[in-house]
Amino acid sequence: MIAHRVQRDLARAISAVENGHTDVRGALAQFAALGHAQRNGARADVIGITGPPGAGKSTLVDRLIEGFRANGETVAVIAVDPSSPFTHGAVLGDRVRMQRHAGDRGVFIRSMASRTAGGGLAPATRDAVRLADAAGFDVVIVETVGVGQVELEIVAVADVIVVVTVPALGDSVQTIKAGLTEIADMFVVNMADRPGANATALDLKHMVREGAREIPVLQTVAQDGTGLPALLDALAAKRGAGDSNAVRAVRFEVVRRARDAAVRAALAALDSDDASAVLDGLRDHTISRNDAVDALLAILGGPAHAH
Amino acid sequence: MPIKVLVAKPGLDGHDRGAKIVARALRDAGMEVVYTGLHQTPEMIVNAAIQEDVDVVGVSILSGAHMTVFPKIMDLLHEREVDDIVVVAGGVIQENDVPKLRALGVREVFNAEASTQDLIEGIERIVAAHGRDAARRAAQA
Ligand SMILES: Nc1nc2c(ncn2[C@@H]2O[C@H](COP(=O)(O)OP(=O)(O)O)[C@@H](O)[C@H]2O)c(=O)[nH]1
Ligand SMILES: [Mg+2]
Repeated sequence: MIAHRVQRDLARAISAVENGHTDVRGALAQFAALGHAQRNGARADVIGITGPPGAGKSTLVDRLIEGFRANGETVAVIAVDPSSPFTHGAVLGDRVRMQRHAGDRGVFIRSMASRTAGGGLAPATRDAVRLADAAGFDVVIVETVGVGQVELEIVAVADVIVVVTVPALGDSVQTIKAGLTEIADMFVVNMADRPGANATALDLKHMVREGAREIPVLQTVAQDGTGLPALLDALAAKRGAGDSNAVRAVRFEVVRRARDAAVRAALAALDSDDASAVLDGLRDHTISRNDAVDALLAILGGPAHAH
Repeated sequence: MPIKVLVAKPGLDGHDRGAKIVARALRDAGMEVVYTGLHQTPEMIVNAAIQEDVDVVGVSILSGAHMTVFPKIMDLLHEREVDDIVVVAGGVIQENDVPKLRALGVREVFNAEASTQDLIEGIERIVAAHGRDAARRAAQA
């Protein structure tokens, strides 16, 4: 059980980070100062659930909550939905499927708008996960919308990644192939009550066999709980063997930071006098766009970057 | 910093068409709207409001149960020490109940004739004046 007061302060800490009033360290420190931080470091098991809109992810999360609670584990859910690229508003409706847990103090559910154009993870998602961990939850589930090649960010957040799909005709499995096999720890064909589930699962199994890692393919009916025991077993197995996932998460974290650093360096280089000269040339039409890009890359990192 | 709103439907009202229209209108006005579905108890509404850390809880009632639902919601918000969350009411509410709701701390009562534009403007105004982050919002504006 996680006390009401801890839940409230966790919720406020997440907002503070989400709104940029503090960074995650500040939030964790404040949290500890309130006497709430139960522990340090990543000890919660973090499960990422991703897949297309309407695949039944939230309904599945509801079932997972049920399963973990039956096992005596506390559960925090971070459910991310896309922000409108036009108004930046969002309708966050994932809770609707999980409302039977609304009165359970062992469950914390937080909706987040992605607040970025690309959808997928909200920038503050990983911080929210760390805060939920600090609050003492045993399991943190992150639900995100992912279509085709899921942004690899979720890899840095989750120890286990479940890709949810539905029975479909034709090229659905091809869509999945574009990047998801790199990050999926298991596939779930939800809505297995619909025609075509076996065929979709078989396609996925063939696809998975080509890879080096062992990736289970399961079928569920989230609405009535069919297939949930097998999914919980598969998750338990992956959770037990989490070490390689930690390695994977660290790899992606390094890539992420390196990418951020590269972007900062590029922005700084664009502010230099040399760069201004090139951009002036562009304004005066004395240099083509392609040549300007090459010239600016050369300024950034030497000739190796030009191509 | 978008305004975050919980749109809640307590009681036994059978459909949520109105609540969904409101949710989308608020989204289109740039707000982040948490929707929780039908048949919410005051306990569920308050738990959701706390976990979601919303600025505003908008409670829509058509069943006439407002004089039992709102006191419970306000009591729970007080008990959990989140009185700074703004509560507004909407739906079918008799004129003579409005002062009673206000006395409970409900900041605004939107009757059935209120347009979505009235709702948007009302919420923006109340959050600017009474919202938890009113000072911060004013500084940003
Ligand atoms: N037939 C069927 N419908 C399902 C199943 N799981 C979820 N649904 C329904 O699919 C719709 C979308 O579910 P939701 O969990 O919100 O999907 P999400 O957008 O992926 O989170 C809802 O109406 C669910 O009731 C299932 O296994 N079978
Ligand atoms: Mg969902």
